[in-house]
Amino acid sequence: MQDDIPINTIDSPTVILELIYRLKIKDVMTTALITAKRQDTLRHIQILMRENFITGVPIAEDSRLFGIISIGDIVTALDKGYIDDIAEKRMTRNVIVLEDDMPLSFAISYLNKYRFGRFPVLNKERELVGIITSKDVIRTLLVEINREVLRLEKTHPHVAVDTVSKKDLRFTTTRYDFEGAGHASTEIKKALKELNLDSKLVRRIAIASYELEINQVVHSFGGTITCSIQPDRIIITALDTGPGIENIELALQEGWSTANDWIRSLGFGAGMGLANTKRVSDKFTIESGPGKPTKVVSVIFLKEEKESE
Amino acid sequence: MKISEVIKALNGEIVQDQFQDHELEGAYTSDLLSDVMANAKSAGALITIQAHKNTVAVASLVNISLIIICNSRPIPQDMIDAAREEGVAIVRVKENQFMISGRLFILLGYA
Repeated sequence: MQDDIPINTIDSPTVILELIYRLKIKDVMTTALITAKRQDTLRHIQILMRENFITGVPIAEDSRLFGIISIGDIVTALDKGYIDDIAEKRMTRNVIVLEDDMPLSFAISYLNKYRFGRFPVLNKERELVGIITSKDVIRTLLVEINREVLRLEKTHPHVAVDTVSKKDLRFTTTRYDFEGAGHASTEIKKALKELNLDSKLVRRIAIASYELEINQVVHSFGGTITCSIQPDRIIITALDTGPGIENIELALQEGWSTANDWIRSLGFGAGMGLANTKRVSDKFTIESGPGKPTKVVSVIFLKEEKESE
Repeated sequence: MKISEVIKALNGEIVQDQFQDHELEGAYTSDLLSDVMANAKSAGALITIQAHKNTVAVASLVNISLIIICNSRPIPQDMIDAAREEGVAIVRVKENQFMISGRLFILLGYA
């Protein structure tokens, strides 16, 4: 659910799991308790809430919990006209409680499972020792996560950015920026050269990336070219921000182009871009539509050689 | 025939002379860069009138190491810079693409 605490006990990172099991409810709860007695009126409790900025008050005497009054109960009391009734008459008696020795994970699952904003906390002797709200949980988690991240940063100094960028190269293109056009493809080719791939393969990848790059410069409002280097394949993804292709079938036809004379005078816009890309790709997909972004994905396998060259 | 020998034989103006000299495997004549991408031979020359930076990008992507600019077209500095960086030779000639193609055809032994 949307207002759940977005941490679970199944697939959260180990660091977080360790945290929510290591921390006990008593480390997290508020011990400065504001309680009321059974004979106190709801009006009195309403004032307690307002003055202390809280939304629930346990009804307890001598550390013994009898029930709880929430802000919802107060609203109902005002609505139905029994705000001067005593707490004992209107309180919730079957209170869901937590034990102070339970791990924090219990509080998180309770907060997610029951739609209550707070849980009274009892100790082994069934004495009321505190109260826990989602705010307490979140504050403690943030403090602990900060501490944990600091510790991790110290033990794992910065991972070199290069190891990431080698696997996934990403470039942006700008409309009509023929100065910068070709940059992405050149960089991609350089990265591939280091992998000692077959030169025919490199050429096919270069054709795909260059054509897609030029397409973005010529036809789109700009976009990104991503090259994902995987053990068995190279995936070139071109994603732009529009304006989209009216008729994809036509756009794929060799020789069909919407480029203007100026672009043609530069040697582009011959209507071969997408056709060229498709020809050199082992897998080729294109998604677009009028007013939509265009996404072209070209996959080239690193093993079998396509004989088209 | 080596690139340097071809340049000499064409008697053109060497605009960018920092390149790796190797045997020319052939040539391709086109002003459409997509066409060059798709069909030009590796290790060949490109005969064209497209004198701008993108021609260098295309040439280097398909392993072309000599660009012959025909009709004495002006060559912008950024094209020369890009070519130097990529190690692509540029030579400028007075003749048109047809004439240069013919001469290379003979020089490279296709006739």
